[in-house]
Amino acid sequence: MTSRPTVKRAGGRGNARRLTPYFLIAPAIILELLIHILPMIVGVWMSFVGLTQAFIANWSTAPWKGLSSYKLALDFSSPIGNSFLHSFEVTCLYTVLVVGCAWFLGMSAALVLHRNFRGRGFFRTLFLVPYAMPIYTGIMTWSFMLQRDNGLVNHVLKSLGLTNGDSFWLIGSNAFWSMVIIAVWRSWPFAFLMLLAGLQNIPDDVYDAASVDGAGIWKQIRYITMPALRPVNLVMVLMLFLWTFNDFNTPFVLFGAQPPKSADIISVHIYGASFVNWDFGFGSAMSVLLLAFLLVVTGAYLLIFNRRSRRA
Amino acid sequence: MREPLSFKVFRVVILTVLTLFVLVPMWVLFTSSVKPLGDVQGKFEWWPSHVTFQPFKDIWSTVPLGKYFLNSVIVCSISMVLSVIVAIFAGYAVSRWTFRGRSVFTTTILSTQMFPGILFLLPLFLLFVNIDKALGFTLLYQTRVGLIVTYLTFSLPFAIWMLAGYFDGIPRELDEAARVDGASTLTTLLRVVLPAARPGVIAVAVYSFMTSWGEVLFASQMTSPKTQTLSIGLQSYSTQINVYWNQVMAASLVVSVPVVLAFLLLQRYLVAGLTAGAVK
Repeated sequence: MTSRPTVKRAGGRGNARRLTPYFLIAPAIILELLIHILPMIVGVWMSFVGLTQAFIANWSTAPWKGLSSYKLALDFSSPIGNSFLHSFEVTCLYTVLVVGCAWFLGMSAALVLHRNFRGRGFFRTLFLVPYAMPIYTGIMTWSFMLQRDNGLVNHVLKSLGLTNGDSFWLIGSNAFWSMVIIAVWRSWPFAFLMLLAGLQNIPDDVYDAASVDGAGIWKQIRYITMPALRPVNLVMVLMLFLWTFNDFNTPFVLFGAQPPKSADIISVHIYGASFVNWDFGFGSAMSVLLLAFLLVVTGAYLLIFNRRSRRA
Repeated sequence: MREPLSFKVFRVVILTVLTLFVLVPMWVLFTSSVKPLGDVQGKFEWWPSHVTFQPFKDIWSTVPLGKYFLNSVIVCSISMVLSVIVAIFAGYAVSRWTFRGRSVFTTTILSTQMFPGILFLLPLFLLFVNIDKALGFTLLYQTRVGLIVTYLTFSLPFAIWMLAGYFDGIPRELDEAARVDGASTLTTLLRVVLPAARPGVIAVAVYSFMTSWGEVLFASQMTSPKTQTLSIGLQSYSTQINVYWNQVMAASLVVSVPVVLAFLLLQRYLVAGLTAGAVK
């Protein structure tokens, strides 16, 4: 798209006005095409070719493999397909737990901090800190706290008499729970932010009417606040779901490219297959499957939500 | 309205639990950064028994932290400036015009935000390697340029969304008045609309900077030892033999404090922008 001089001609004034928005969005479109749309198309192509280490700098000679990467990923009786399925299951459980806990904490904090009391501003600001910190510094701090011999967690558990203080938190099945707690720590402030903004959008007179009717605070929360927050909740939960399902940072900063089996979140699983085994074709096939899954879930979610809100 | 006892109890419990949850890691981060190495390798202590600021000196020599810092500052600032400029134009178009393809544009841009990063990483890796090969010199693969171009698109969707929201809040009469005076679209945007949207622009800039500052996935493959940024560089305090935990914590503090402060100072604008999309 170039700016043609014709638009300056007499009578071209209206035409120029019509084209203006396109000139304004052109840079954004070009960048999106180059960095998102084009790579996505290339990614789908990659999933059909045998793009191993030998062919990365020589992509045109990579052999066509058809659907064999997909078959490999989806053959759950083979060790490779099985570990992909396992990684998928781990990610699902991780997502449900993290989104659920983050929602609960965010909702509670928003309900409490929506009402005026002394010190409210302090808590509001404090609660934003985990979200404002660079992701990896928060995770590294937790990683230190979870060390076996010199970490805070074992120290506290031992002084409370709950364990001997010699548990490993970053290997074996405990690694999963450590990861969940860290991800909740990081993401609940986001839920809090969104829900607090949602609460501030509910007009006060709705509550006034209800309290004249004699409804207590819990009843008001149940019958007024929750339904009014529905739209915010729906968007926020979807965003949290997508971020958590695609989470790469938490497992990667904690464990590196090859996390313990219990913490083998799907993004790191694909990353490992691609950059440790250098099989980009297989990695791309798994990425495409991941995207397809996310699209189906998001589509179904929006469909159900839209139908319900239309009925309401 | 009067609060029943149960709600007061609920408030105390929630605030206590969450404050501890947030503050304990902060406390560990602060206190461990001023402990000598021996103390962070031994049994955990709530209060540092020896306070030293040596870790804050050592972090610069144990690993080339200065270089990582410089790389991060360069990459994040340039991608921030570019992303804000591109978003200002696009956001203005979305806010002021109803043009054909507008909703396709906004939906597509926002939906790329939800796609897994790994889906873009593999093809971009391949594209960068092969573009450089075709060019005959290293332009994109593991360079700052490559990283800047990539990062700039990460914050773009939200930046456009946030700015369009801010522009919506600025009365159109301002634009029209300027237009009657004979100002072109560009002049109107730069001289009239933009000054009124300054808080929004600042918020978007901070958001964009923070997004790149905390990015790990692309930084892990798209940088070389020469162009490495903080997110990956900070992991080099742990070696096979030793983890310099006090230095890890000191470096984490140095890296976090500027962005956290910026976020908290501008929280009013940032929160308004971040939540605008979901709440409206």
